[in-house]
Amino acid sequence: MTLRVFEGARIVDPSRGLDETGSVVVDGGIIAAAGAGAMNQGLPEGAQVTDCRGRTIMPGLVDARVFVGEPGGEHRETIASASLAAAAGGVTSIIMMPDTDPVIDDIALVEFVLRTARDTACVNVFPSAAITRRLQGREMTEFGLLREAGAVMLTDGRRTIESALMMRRALTYARDFGAVLAHETQDGSLSASGVMNEGLYASWLGLPGIPREAEAIPLERDLMLARLTGGAYHAAKISTAISAAAIGRAKADGANVTAAVSINNLTLNDHDVGAYRTFFRLSPPLRAEEDRLAMIEAIRDGTVDVIVSSHDPQDVDTKRLPFEDAAEGAIGLETLFGAALRIHHNGDLALSRLIELLSTAPAKLFGLPGGTLRPGAPADLAVIDLDEPWIVREADIRSRSKNTCLEGARLQGKVLQTLVAGRTVFAA
Amino acid sequence: MSQSPSPPLYPHRHLLGISDLSRWDIELLLDLADAAVPLSRQPEKKKSSLRGRTQINLFFEASTRTQASFELAGKRLGADVMNMSVASSSVKKGETLVDTAMTLNAMRPDILIIRHQSAGAAALLAQKVGCSVVNAGDGAHEHPTQALLDALTIRRKKGDLARLVVAICGDILHSRVARSNIVLLNALGAEVRVVAPSTLLPAGIEKMGVIVASSMSEGLRNADVVMMLRLQRERMAGAFVPSVREYFRYFGLDAEKLKVARKDALVMHPGPMNRGVEISSEIADGPQSVIQEQVEMGVAVRMAVMEALLDPRRNAGGQTQ
Repeated sequence: MTLRVFEGARIVDPSRGLDETGSVVVDGGIIAAAGAGAMNQGLPEGAQVTDCRGRTIMPGLVDARVFVGEPGGEHRETIASASLAAAAGGVTSIIMMPDTDPVIDDIALVEFVLRTARDTACVNVFPSAAITRRLQGREMTEFGLLREAGAVMLTDGRRTIESALMMRRALTYARDFGAVLAHETQDGSLSASGVMNEGLYASWLGLPGIPREAEAIPLERDLMLARLTGGAYHAAKISTAISAAAIGRAKADGANVTAAVSINNLTLNDHDVGAYRTFFRLSPPLRAEEDRLAMIEAIRDGTVDVIVSSHDPQDVDTKRLPFEDAAEGAIGLETLFGAALRIHHNGDLALSRLIELLSTAPAKLFGLPGGTLRPGAPADLAVIDLDEPWIVREADIRSRSKNTCLEGARLQGKVLQTLVAGRTVFAA
Repeated sequence: MSQSPSPPLYPHRHLLGISDLSRWDIELLLDLADAAVPLSRQPEKKKSSLRGRTQINLFFEASTRTQASFELAGKRLGADVMNMSVASSSVKKGETLVDTAMTLNAMRPDILIIRHQSAGAAALLAQKVGCSVVNAGDGAHEHPTQALLDALTIRRKKGDLARLVVAICGDILHSRVARSNIVLLNALGAEVRVVAPSTLLPAGIEKMGVIVASSMSEGLRNADVVMMLRLQRERMAGAFVPSVREYFRYFGLDAEKLKVARKDALVMHPGPMNRGVEISSEIADGPQSVIQEQVEMGVAVRMAVMEALLDPRRNAGGQTQ
């Protein structure tokens, strides 16, 4: 087996509370040692050494919310193209959402994803499966069989389950299999025809608004049901101060509850919509600055556990339309870390906490290997320069779809190399 | 003949909304429109300032008066005017707005007049085509020529808009006319009040440069101008207000409610009116109503706008929107 040594880097491994200068020794596909003491035995014989002075090494990111077009929307993104984008962003594991065509609600589809990923993807691709058949919110899928086939998360993707009874049963039944239910909440009757955050800015643009309560009301319902059933509930994408407060209360009550926030709701606000820029039409919508600040506070104080890219490729056919008619979503795999570093560089968050939110916490929550540089773990890691400036250019985007919120953005901090199971899958 | 100083040149390429305009842009357009009024009153109604130019009216929403007004304005300036009927066009076959616009653009028009049900549609088009674009109403966003014609109507009656009290009443939430008027009236120094049931007010209205009045008697007190807005039928039956009779009782304009306004207050309506819903016939046809003048000023304003955008003697050839 080949031995590789990455020498002299700042090693940040939140899984062991480690942030120190040292080395990482990779033996084949496995991490042999990482940290200041990694070279205590001396340089292993025959090792291939990379000088990483001035660089930082972190566990590869684990993105728990990635929408891919395969099967059914391969013109937007394939599993292979999503994996290339992930690798370029330092993301070594993705959890793929089930809202494909057909919907991933059956073990055959889970197997299809795993097989396609094995044959075409350069990062780890973990399928999620639908909570309800065809995402219709009426009949449960086979949680046990789906889990056994390899689905790591149960979620109805972009859909909110309307029926409280359905949600109660799903939470209760999922408990028997140790499955986490991840749910995006938006009350369709309250959000109605809304397309952006309700407020002054939407009013001037003449666009129907989505009130914060549309997210928080079904979320509160779910949190009560989580308390009632003891089931594991994950709020997949919260965006408002009142949602964060609700999660905080549920956690204080001891409910088995976690939450995630999209990088977009941490780094952008509703003013970024500008003159009807459809790439900024997202779900949940970009909120007011007060809500963005509440999201920052929520990742600092531990109310929110995970940051996701919510990578959602959309083509011109769904985006080059008037704002109200355009599809929701933006890509984000390649820029996830660069955008997240904004929160670190501006002093809002320590680097190790940021990496925990992006890697260690989601890996642990969904039971994935990775998210750690612990000896014996798979060698999924990224070598980064925390300070290198770069500009996001459409021409450089690896995703099949180019709907980024960060076109032309200046970012500080770049991924230089990404390893998955010891294999270099990206090198700048 | 004495040489008058030439008027300043108009700096924009499109007219997408009042919010893109400065106070000077607005006053320039009103001056040009004022000067255009006599043409339509004489037997020979045609000039040739836009001769050879092609104007396409692209109306995705049904419209009688706005489309006719733009068509007449173009024809009186000598332009060739084509009306695209959306009902029979490829839009019905699933073509997107941008593709339709690009196709028309390839036929080299000089100006596209667009009305669309989605906010921002005119701005989207302006990014994609090579000619001037005029927004004739985009969703609940803006309807700039309506606000200009309202301002011209008021200015010709009152001389100046500064310090006038203008009450805008009705469905503010869904109204592009209200938004354009709020911006324009503020730019010209008027005091703007809005009166509506709270279900028909947009979020953040109190920060939009208006005074929110909770009743007609409060909103109309000493008003110089009362602008009524149309309430669409599908919004009357329980969704936003419970019934027509309740709406008319509290928010419809009748002689009794108009009494608290100034004696010489103007009554306006952008049309088409729902008589007996937002306005009584007695008032709509009464001496204070300037609703017919508004229609007449509409043609003058649209002539002024098209000349300002297309006539090299009027436009600075700027690239700004």
